[in-house]
Amino acid sequence: MRCWSGYKERGDSGSPNRADMSEKVLTKRFEISGYLGTIEEYLATGGYQAIHRALKEHSPESLIDLVRRSGLRGRGGAGFPTGVKWGFVPKDPTLTKYLVCNADESEPGTFKDRDLITRDPHQLLEGIILASYAIGCRTAYIYLRGEFVAGAVIMEQAIQDAAAHGFLGNNILGSGFNLEIHLHRGAGAYICGEETALLESLEGKRGLPRLKPPFPASAGLYRLPTVVNNVETLSNLPHIVLRGAEWFSSIGTPKSTGNRIFSVSGHVRRPGNYELPIDVPMRELIFQHAGGMRRDRRLKAVIPGGSSVPVLTEQHLDTRMDFESLAKAGSMAGSGGVIVMDDSTCMVRAGEIVARFYHHESCGQCTQCREGTAWLHKTLRRIEAGRGRKVDLDLLMDICDNMKGKTICPLSDAAAMPIESYLKYFGDEFEQHIVERACPFGSGDGS
Amino acid sequence: MTEETVQQILSRYSHRRSALLPLLHLCQEEAGYLTPEAIGQLGERLGLSPTQVAEVATFYDMFRLKPGGRREIWVCHNLSCSLLGAEEVVRRLEEELGVKAGETTADGSFTLRRFECLAACEIAPVIQVGPDYYGPVRPEDIDALLERLQGEGR
Repeated sequence: MRCWSGYKERGDSGSPNRADMSEKVLTKRFEISGYLGTIEEYLATGGYQAIHRALKEHSPESLIDLVRRSGLRGRGGAGFPTGVKWGFVPKDPTLTKYLVCNADESEPGTFKDRDLITRDPHQLLEGIILASYAIGCRTAYIYLRGEFVAGAVIMEQAIQDAAAHGFLGNNILGSGFNLEIHLHRGAGAYICGEETALLESLEGKRGLPRLKPPFPASAGLYRLPTVVNNVETLSNLPHIVLRGAEWFSSIGTPKSTGNRIFSVSGHVRRPGNYELPIDVPMRELIFQHAGGMRRDRRLKAVIPGGSSVPVLTEQHLDTRMDFESLAKAGSMAGSGGVIVMDDSTCMVRAGEIVARFYHHESCGQCTQCREGTAWLHKTLRRIEAGRGRKVDLDLLMDICDNMKGKTICPLSDAAAMPIESYLKYFGDEFEQHIVERACPFGSGDGS
Repeated sequence: MTEETVQQILSRYSHRRSALLPLLHLCQEEAGYLTPEAIGQLGERLGLSPTQVAEVATFYDMFRLKPGGRREIWVCHNLSCSLLGAEEVVRRLEEELGVKAGETTADGSFTLRRFECLAACEIAPVIQVGPDYYGPVRPEDIDALLERLQGEGR
């Protein structure tokens, strides 16, 4: 065990990644020995050049067009095209607009944004400044996950330093563009990663998702036009401005472009963040970059995009990690959090943990989700403890069916879809628990 | 919490209610938890009833409405950490501290809490204390970890 000070997070020990020959973009500076992400270091390595370029060469409209042509899609989970989202914001200059950076990273298995925030905060700030210029916003907020205690200190300092260097404030670099950025800490609620719940939370309320439409682009923070973009999405922007839309869209597939940071965890030899072309094959990601299976055990299951997405198995290893390929395989690219499980894993226990999480995090607004997550948790716990009944398998499918597509936000679906997939691929294992009245893995001892 | 700090926080938002979460954080940092007095005063300041403040405070896992330990030990028990032994880590901590998760030690040093994914799965199973992360934690590391934390607490 080591202590990792959140303040100087592993500046000296990035994920070992020798097998990898592809070019790093977002995490390039992580590889510089001793890089701590100060403004001096950022400036000395080409930082804030994109602001100079954009303010000189681009109108807001042409910047939106650039990002649209790059094909950049949101890295938070939904994968919506960023330039298109910006295009929905009304052009009326008399309207106040807001940009909110979603830094509430909480999807189980995902830890890329924490790295981007603590190790290269100015890259994120530069992205926020560019996005704000594009949509005509003068006040931007970073909604930071409350548990990111060190991240908050690092980000506050970065904002102050950027302002002291004239990248924030009034008349930035003599362009007439004004912008202030404020850090806003959350306080521990997964649901606040959902963009409308996040806006409610930023308004000082409980994080209850709003019914859409209206979408935030027309009625967001304080019911004014608002864009909510993820940390990794925004961190891409300086590179797109400096290297062009064609460079970005040349990486990946026609519909999924650029690099993506995959957070790999679970039963692999080298868990960590791996920045790779977005269409990297799952097999390469797990077996080359993340070092393959721990103790040479057999791979049993992979959750490819955070705990909210359906599970995949060994038969899917040649699937590529881009949005379309994973959708075709029956899952989703989600947040890029890849959880790998070997053959010692009990899938009923895994399901119980996932269901417990969504039960805990359901905001309680919609009956299907509030009751459904509780029942899923209760039923899975019963099966895992050896008290399951034959009818419980049908009951689980029935609960899932009642939870999907019926609620204000996708949390309910995010709880139901994985459980359905565990039953689909590992139904025998669930039955075995019921028939033998015990967990065959001996893992029915959890909380 | 000085008037200057409050003003500085209020100035970030066009609607004063937005200052609620930042001010709740500050109150908790000062008193260790959200006292009924603090909830009342914050409400008055922001034009909210104590109930409105409390309903927000209770929605978020990080806010405490009762006193707790001087430091909180957060143990992640979500999937990636569980795959690598988080339950055993919780058990050992409960044994060593003589409390169940969610409780505070008799001497008031620590509150032990189970937490959902702390976004540090690369060092699973992970424990977070304030800004610091510990991991991968093996059950046999717990003694040394607690000794270290007790040393820092003094």
